[in-house]
Amino acid sequence: MSGGQEMRRSARSAAVTLLILGAAALSGCTTVEPWERETLAKPEMALEPQPLLSELRTHVYTSREAAPGGGAAEGGGCGCN
Amino acid sequence: MTPGHASFATSLRRAAVAICALVFATAAAAERASVLNQPAPDCALAMLGEPRATSLNALRGQVVYLDFWASWCGPCAASFPFMNALERDLRGRGLRVVGANMDARPADATRFLVRRPAQFAVAVGDNAPCARALGVAGLPYTFLIDRNGVVRRVHSGFRRGDAPSLRADVERLLAEPVSGGQTR
Repeated sequence: MSGGQEMRRSARSAAVTLLILGAAALSGCTTVEPWERETLAKPEMALEPQPLLSELRTHVYTSREAAPGGGAAEGGGCGCN
Repeated sequence: MTPGHASFATSLRRAAVAICALVFATAAAAERASVLNQPAPDCALAMLGEPRATSLNALRGQVVYLDFWASWCGPCAASFPFMNALERDLRGRGLRVVGANMDARPADATRFLVRRPAQFAVAVGDNAPCARALGVAGLPYTFLIDRNGVVRRVHSGFRRGDAPSLRADVERLLAEPVSGGQTR
């Protein structure tokens, strides 16, 4: 078997594996109905549980780094702080 | 680029396209149909404190303000005083305010209602089939149903600024006559 053929075969198996993995990951996708979001609505499930503290920390961080943005808190990117 | 590399890239691209197609197919299946200007489905409603279950169709002839809520939803709590006021002011003119509870545990709803008493009818039990039929896409979610059973407004969420327009729409529907039992 030539090197090219072997490479093609391994490429195909890599693609098939990727497809299978992708399909398997998709099976985890489901529609969570709005009324099923009780747990998700809890404060501790928030992306940023302490927005004020995070805002202050981000402010200090951006002042020191002289480069805003990248945090979960709103703002940043305008370079005006 | 060697032929092996080219085919690897092609295979990868094909796999990526297939995955994207699957993702979009899943998303499309989850899309909801709108009930706006359609006859409301005949939802069964088990009102709290009423021995017999009723249904949306049984409320024909009245304007129905159907609101889906849950005890853990903040804006729902904010909408309760507004709904109480609607019921108090406009019940005499033919308005029925119905709060359909969506709590997984009925005890949560009971506890909530002790703190925030509802002066309107509260539908308890499994309202999920009704919510699904109406395409509830968030909480709170409100449907204004006219005297002929047609959904005339669908409203998502509740902010204090929403109250005047909701009330105006309720009053507009109350002023409309029943069109001989015909749904439009």
